Amino acid sequence: MTTQVQYPFDQALIESFSVQNNEPDWFKNLRLAALEKIDVLPLPNPDRTKIDKWNFTHFQQHAQASSVYTNVDDLPEQVKSLINVEGGVKNLYVQHNQTAGFVSLSDELKQKGVIFTDLLTAVKEHGDLVQKYFMTNAVKVDENRLTAFHTALVNGGAFLYIPQNVQINEPIQTIFVHDNADAPLINHVLIVADKNSAVTYVENYFSLNDELEGIANIITEVIAQDNANVKFGAVDTLAKGVTTYVNRRGYAWRDARIEWALGLMNDGNTISDNTTNLHGDGSFADTKTVVVGRGKQIQNFTTRVIHHGKGTEGFILKHGVVKDNATTVFNGIGKIEHGASKSNAEQETRVLMLSDKARGDANPILLIDEDDVMAGHAASVGRVDPTQLYYLMSRGISKAEAERLIIYGFLAPVVNQLPVEGVKKQLTEVIERKVK
Amino acid sequence: MAGSTLVIKDLHVAIEDKEIIKGLDLEIKPGEFHAVMGPNGAGKSTLASAIMGHPKYEITSGTVTMDGKDVLEMEVDERAKAGLFLAMQYPSEISGVTNADFLRSAINAKREEGNEIPLMQFIKKLDKSMEYLEMDLNMAQRYLNEGFSGGEKKRNEILQLMMLEPSIAILDEIDSGLDIDALKVVSKGINAMRSNDFSCLIITHYQRLLNYITPDFVHVMIQGRIVKSGGPELAQRLEAEGYDWIKKELGIEDEIEVG
Ligand SMILES: Nc1ncnc2c1ncn2[C@@H]1O[C@H](COP(=O)(O)OP(=O)(O)OP(=O)(O)O)[C@@H](O)[C@H]1O
Ligand SMILES: [Mg+2]
Repeated sequence: MTTQVQYPFDQALIESFSVQNNEPDWFKNLRLAALEKIDVLPLPNPDRTKIDKWNFTHFQQHAQASSVYTNVDDLPEQVKSLINVEGGVKNLYVQHNQTAGFVSLSDELKQKGVIFTDLLTAVKEHGDLVQKYFMTNAVKVDENRLTAFHTALVNGGAFLYIPQNVQINEPIQTIFVHDNADAPLINHVLIVADKNSAVTYVENYFSLNDELEGIANIITEVIAQDNANVKFGAVDTLAKGVTTYVNRRGYAWRDARIEWALGLMNDGNTISDNTTNLHGDGSFADTKTVVVGRGKQIQNFTTRVIHHGKGTEGFILKHGVVKDNATTVFNGIGKIEHGASKSNAEQETRVLMLSDKARGDANPILLIDEDDVMAGHAASVGRVDPTQLYYLMSRGISKAEAERLIIYGFLAPVVNQLPVEGVKKQLTEVIERKVK
Repeated sequence: MAGSTLVIKDLHVAIEDKEIIKGLDLEIKPGEFHAVMGPNGAGKSTLASAIMGHPKYEITSGTVTMDGKDVLEMEVDERAKAGLFLAMQYPSEISGVTNADFLRSAINAKREEGNEIPLMQFIKKLDKSMEYLEMDLNMAQRYLNEGFSGGEKKRNEILQLMMLEPSIAILDEIDSGLDIDALKVVSKGINAMRSNDFSCLIITHYQRLLNYITPDFVHVMIQGRIVKSGGPELAQRLEAEGYDWIKKELGIEDEIEVG
């Protein structure tokens, strides 16, 4: 049976959006070509979660002008607390729904050739770089309906380029503030770390109030050229009514390292795909993910490391807390391709169940096409360990506080890895709020 | 604190329907140090766990009171707040919670809300205690017992003892796994607590520990009962001769599992 789906967008809408933004032809054409594929391509297929009834593509309007954050004082208080303001704001981009706000980048980094700007500006001003990497290396336009949808309708995001041999010590931060339910967050972050460069980046997706509805379609691409080193942190806190597709993808060339620290704390239904492609020999990926599922939320988290290069190493750590009636699936996939000899794929998934009605599913998969490799996995789904509780309580700590400490400790691996104090604190607070 | 009196009367404890403690009486007065010795499996750790309130152990009859208050009615944390402390034979590891954060939570749990220990005072006390126990100060920032060696865990139990200052401490094989220097340091920590307000129940297999911490009383526990009590000289005889002479003297047969 084929029913013609009526989408709330068409060629005319995309063309006019593109023209309004003065986008170069190549980008407009990329959008239009992607539009053609939306209908043809299937939805992504997250293992063990059925999503065919979820709304990923329908919205009221494509973009709505929101107030422009022109400086830190314009930011809502909750957002200000995410920023280290002492010594002046450094290396920050903020966006209000689809509206680009201010970008700050230190003079030193500008002089070194670092590019940091909102995506739609980057398309115009750094077209050659963006064209080379946008949806070409890491994520492909035609992977599934949502990647095509994303390419056709992307309406926000950021671009970060670190030239060869530039090592950045200060973290680079982006904050995407969401407070409009009508327009979808179709956001793209593209990070290109050229040879021998190093960068630490952290992003927040932040719903300003709990009652918001809508859709988010987020794609992040991290390209680490030979010997580059990218540390990537994220805290997502989108509201209960927001259905999210978030795809964070890394592509590592020879001896490159990509380290992810993801605090995935959305309150709505979420499909998260975090894949790192270890393309070059000797490349390395470490992905740490913590999540909390609560309410009636359905979430699916797939973490994947694909080993192509020889001597590559991939580590997956996922810790999840599931409470109330929430359903959470954790797929961990280590894939070693033929020829990726001397590689190592390790993963650990732990799920803590806080209610009888919650459902947690840990699904570790190793796919190995090469003999000379190492691989291992550990997975468990369980409750708070009564012996640990007893130990803490035997020191006078109340049961509630002991549970809080154990759960907090369980989710600590990502908190500790976030580079900005305000974001660290935020994740801690979100965790406390969510597990209470 | 004026010290506490712990009274155990005709205590019976079962685990998974198997009776382990079979009628045990013991009284510990303020300032007293008692040692309990006994062969493996006699029920020493079971006794300690039952007093502290481990959820796996079922008290089938008998009473435990502290200054007249019913300990068995209390939750585990209430027992601690009443002044009980157990240095465990196998301390738990808690990932993601630093030793320092844990200790501060434990200290504050015993204090009124709004009267939390000032951070500087806490740090001073922690540093001082760690130095006294010759511990690497970095251990304060490590996760609670995670990856600690056997000896480090024991030392960390004594650190907690010194920080929390209970009125009655039960030390379950605090000497096992300690090298000779560590044994001296740990004993030093325990002796530092000695006062009229602090009493101690020391479970050990070795007379050696009792050379450093002289007990007032030594009890022998076999098959879930205290079968003999005496002074420090009893420990010396056990060290030299083992338990067979007591069994013979009292006519205790080895238990054989009936399946
Ligand atoms: N969880 C359990 N399930 C079944 N039996 C148990 C359990 N815990 C303890 N026991 C049994 O209870 C008995 C007493 O154990 P306990 O640990 O109290 O001995 P102990 O005197 O402390 O020995 P040790 O000197 O070896 O530490 C033993 O026979 C032990 O096997
Ligand atoms: Mg024992």
